[in-house]
Amino acid sequence: MAVISFIDAVTMAMREEMRRDPNVFVLGEDVGVRGGVFRATSGLIEEFGEERVIDTPLAESAIAGVAIGAAAYGMRPIAEMQFADFIMPAVNQIVSEAAKMRYRSNNDWNCPITIRAPFGGGVHGALYHSQSVEAMFNSTPGLKIVAPSTPYDAKGLLKAAIRDNDPVLFFEHKRCYRLIKGEVPDTDYVLPIGKADVKREGTDITVISYGLTLHFALQAAEKLAQEGISAHILDLRTLYPLDKEAIIEAASKTGKVLIVHEDNKEGGIGGEVAAIIAEHCLFDLDAPIKRLCGPDVPAMPYSPPLEKAFMLNPDKVYEAMRELAYF
Amino acid sequence: MATKVLMPQLGESVTEGTITRWLVKPGDVVSKYDPLAEVSTDKVNAEVPSTVSGRIAEIVVAEGDTVSVGTHILSIEESGETGAATEASAPSQPAAAAASQQPTAPATAPAVSAPKPLAAGAVNEGQKQRYSPAVMRLAQDNGIDLAHVKGTGAEGRITRKDVQLFIEQGGMQATAAPAAQQMTEAAPAPVAAPVVQAPVKETAGNVDIPVATGDQIIPLTPVRKTIASRMVQSKHEAPHAWTMVEVDVTNLVNFRNQVKDEFKRKEGVNLTFLPFFIKAVVEALKEYPILNSTWGGDKIIVKKDINISIAVATEDALYVPVIKAADQKSVYGIAKSIEDLANRTRAGKLTMDDMSGGTFTVNNTGSFGSVLSTPIINAPQAAILSVESIVKRPVVVNDMIAIRSMVNLCLSLDHRILDGLVCGRFLQSVKQKLEAIGPETKIY
Repeated sequence: MAVISFIDAVTMAMREEMRRDPNVFVLGEDVGVRGGVFRATSGLIEEFGEERVIDTPLAESAIAGVAIGAAAYGMRPIAEMQFADFIMPAVNQIVSEAAKMRYRSNNDWNCPITIRAPFGGGVHGALYHSQSVEAMFNSTPGLKIVAPSTPYDAKGLLKAAIRDNDPVLFFEHKRCYRLIKGEVPDTDYVLPIGKADVKREGTDITVISYGLTLHFALQAAEKLAQEGISAHILDLRTLYPLDKEAIIEAASKTGKVLIVHEDNKEGGIGGEVAAIIAEHCLFDLDAPIKRLCGPDVPAMPYSPPLEKAFMLNPDKVYEAMRELAYF
Repeated sequence: MATKVLMPQLGESVTEGTITRWLVKPGDVVSKYDPLAEVSTDKVNAEVPSTVSGRIAEIVVAEGDTVSVGTHILSIEESGETGAATEASAPSQPAAAAASQQPTAPATAPAVSAPKPLAAGAVNEGQKQRYSPAVMRLAQDNGIDLAHVKGTGAEGRITRKDVQLFIEQGGMQATAAPAAQQMTEAAPAPVAAPVVQAPVKETAGNVDIPVATGDQIIPLTPVRKTIASRMVQSKHEAPHAWTMVEVDVTNLVNFRNQVKDEFKRKEGVNLTFLPFFIKAVVEALKEYPILNSTWGGDKIIVKKDINISIAVATEDALYVPVIKAADQKSVYGIAKSIEDLANRTRAGKLTMDDMSGGTFTVNNTGSFGSVLSTPIINAPQAAILSVESIVKRPVVVNDMIAIRSMVNLCLSLDHRILDGLVCGRFLQSVKQKLEAIGPETKIY
């Protein structure tokens, strides 16, 4: 089994699905000739041609709208938002059209689109290239939000998203693209959307996270293990709808829960996770449910020291985990 | 540098003490010799004085915890040290820092301290009494009294893991068993061990005694536990025999009535009958020193000093302070000693020294109206004498009926050491000395 980077797993998933199903096509800004600004679609135009790998105008509402129309016609489009920050003009299409199509048409129509969007900071991208936007979509029934953290999950979940008969927002943390490498089988496999995954078994504290911060938690857990603290780490993988069963199980296991994400704290996914735990796990809780998140400031700063201050890192996660362990 | 204060040695045979109450808290300023904590050991309550002047930096041992002599119980920042003030101004900080510096992790910490929660009488108090829902549920589901669980969380909080560990280690059953074990260990047990162990455990454990609704549960105080184990030990080890004489103390009563007011005025001390009885007993012990001895397993140890233990009752316990070198004291000296010991017992100010070294016990059961009692020997002494109530009774004197003040003296004796003959002679001697008291008897 080859060890490949996160972004190569994304590319592999799209190539496999495009080979498997002629209805699958890619559209977005610079996805064709350029191969994507992050090179996620590298080599696709050469293999599948410009009719299946379409360079679009700089109009996200059009990218989403065209994709939704094509999906209604029976195609399986993969729409790429160059940065998640740029998804805003497409929100109306996504929330009001894609997410509601099946409901509005009384199940006559559906909308099998996948919208990929690189999110998150730590790449010196400042405010237009660093945002986490997942919390804007996680109260929209009809949408699914997937945010994998490993190459293996990225491939399996992206293939599942493409095959899903309803719209899926697929968020890829851009810092993970080349930082995170892992074993990915070149066979055809899909992972279930809506299922979280235990990335590390432990008994003292539970950490629930997704995306880049999950890796911070894993690194911190490694360090804490040397001090005798055993951390249980749950990767949400799907942010909407949340895997309540897995969250409840993980929280009940230790009774001490830390939720970590890069998105702003207030109104973030962590609040919803905490609410699920509060509703179901009161008598298993041994400590307040804690959240470690990005600060509630308008945007990722451009100044390197400020960006560093905004971003979580393994040390910050380590401190929070340790404090909870000693509660 | 903070000075560590250790659990002091509060008596020759004392190996551990229970912090019953902290009298200081972190941040408090103390002078040298200021009391820091009340400690209860084997039968005595004592105060731990400060060894230095300074500011309390950290309290290490929780109230209710029993720790061995020499254990670090608190730290004091000595006066004049830089940094002391800043650290003390934020009392929660040092505690948190100490917790985070702790090398052992929570996963291993409960295991390391595992035997601790099982120590008898280790009761958690204070800040630890705020429990998380998980802890409350586990405790309820498993019938656990959280007072017995040792907290390893922040500021001693009891964590879910602490309760789980406690359950794994046998829960409430486990707390009772080691308590029993401890008591058997406390006993010197010169007699074959198996004979002693079983019944002692039974007394201490009592796990299966049913508790009905409305019944009141009184937790054992350290003193009550000690009394229980000592009484069981004595009854099981020393074969008790018992004998009694009656003494005509009419002359003593008359004499004491004559001098008591004058005595009170001059000395400020009540002149009771007890000093006269003790004086007579001490003189008789000089004649029959075998009664002033101890069973040594393969030998009998006859004590040189005559130190008389006297029983002093408080509302909830019985203390047995000691009149040291009673053979060197006059009736007056004994009276002063009794008054002093009784006052300090009731004030809870007895020291370990006050309690140790007794060689023979005189028990004033008459003070609460008894006319006959069979006292339990105060081990490892050889015998105990009880002085019953003085009552007026018709008796035959010179073939005539007379109304006399009579008293019964009861003697329980360790039949391993003593036989009836020597005890009879001893009692006759005490009786003669008491009946010989008259106007010419010296008080000083």
